[in-house]
Amino acid sequence: MHDLQPVTALGGADPHIDTFDHITITGNNGLALASVAARMGHEKACHTALKKLLGTVPAPGKAVLHDPEAGFWMGPDQWMIGAPRETHELLADALKNKFGDAASVTEQSGAWVCFDVIGPAMPDLCERLCAVPIRRMVAGDAQRTMIHQLGCFVIRRDNPEHIRILGPRASAGSLHHALITAAHSVG
Amino acid sequence: MIIDHPLLGPRDASEFTYMGDAKLIDRPDWQSQTAAQEFYEYGYLRDNPAGWHEELWFHEAGDRSWLVVTRNTVTHDISKVELARDVARARGRSK
Repeated sequence: MHDLQPVTALGGADPHIDTFDHITITGNNGLALASVAARMGHEKACHTALKKLLGTVPAPGKAVLHDPEAGFWMGPDQWMIGAPRETHELLADALKNKFGDAASVTEQSGAWVCFDVIGPAMPDLCERLCAVPIRRMVAGDAQRTMIHQLGCFVIRRDNPEHIRILGPRASAGSLHHALITAAHSVG
Repeated sequence: MIIDHPLLGPRDASEFTYMGDAKLIDRPDWQSQTAAQEFYEYGYLRDNPAGWHEELWFHEAGDRSWLVVTRNTVTHDISKVELARDVARARGRSK
């Protein structure tokens, strides 16, 4: 048996935390992710399964912040489902059992890096980073956008000072650099 | 230029990539007697109108959907934006 130690997207055993005066950027290591894409002709069955899972089907540009599984809309008939990694490490397999032939499910945990940006300067930082209309967004809004030339999701959480950013894990260092640069500039 | 996405509302054109004439949806039947000629025209011949033009745009920095945008090539006015899959299905493509 191999004895392998998991590392975070930025390397090391523990998530990176960067603290500034008005903002804290925390690497979130605790997410399991899987995408769900409705198969053609099975859209209704997929919606029913999503409703059972999340309570409601995430509308375009929206997230459903449900516990333990949460989900957001990625594109027409496509959603991302997230859950705590501790309890849902095999999320994709579990979802496949629930959706059956209604949807194609793809493991996404290893594809994304997640940063939680929290603090009173969050809207200022977000405006320097990307083109989402952060001050018009409300809790539960989720938008895909470009940050530092990387396609990322920006999700506004219940706490009005909190956004969650999902970006490509292979470019975690670049995304982290962009976040830190923006955090310095909002001082 | 602002593209009014049918699902997400007005979005800046910098989020999109132009993917060509919307006539690309009308792929010829490969079993047709005149398939070679039709594919030549499909592959190479394009109108280049000064005026209204139906175009394919890809929302690359957004929800990754393909759109059919009716745009005036002279004024950059946009009169209509539809999901390409709805247009294709209305024309009998993809069942």
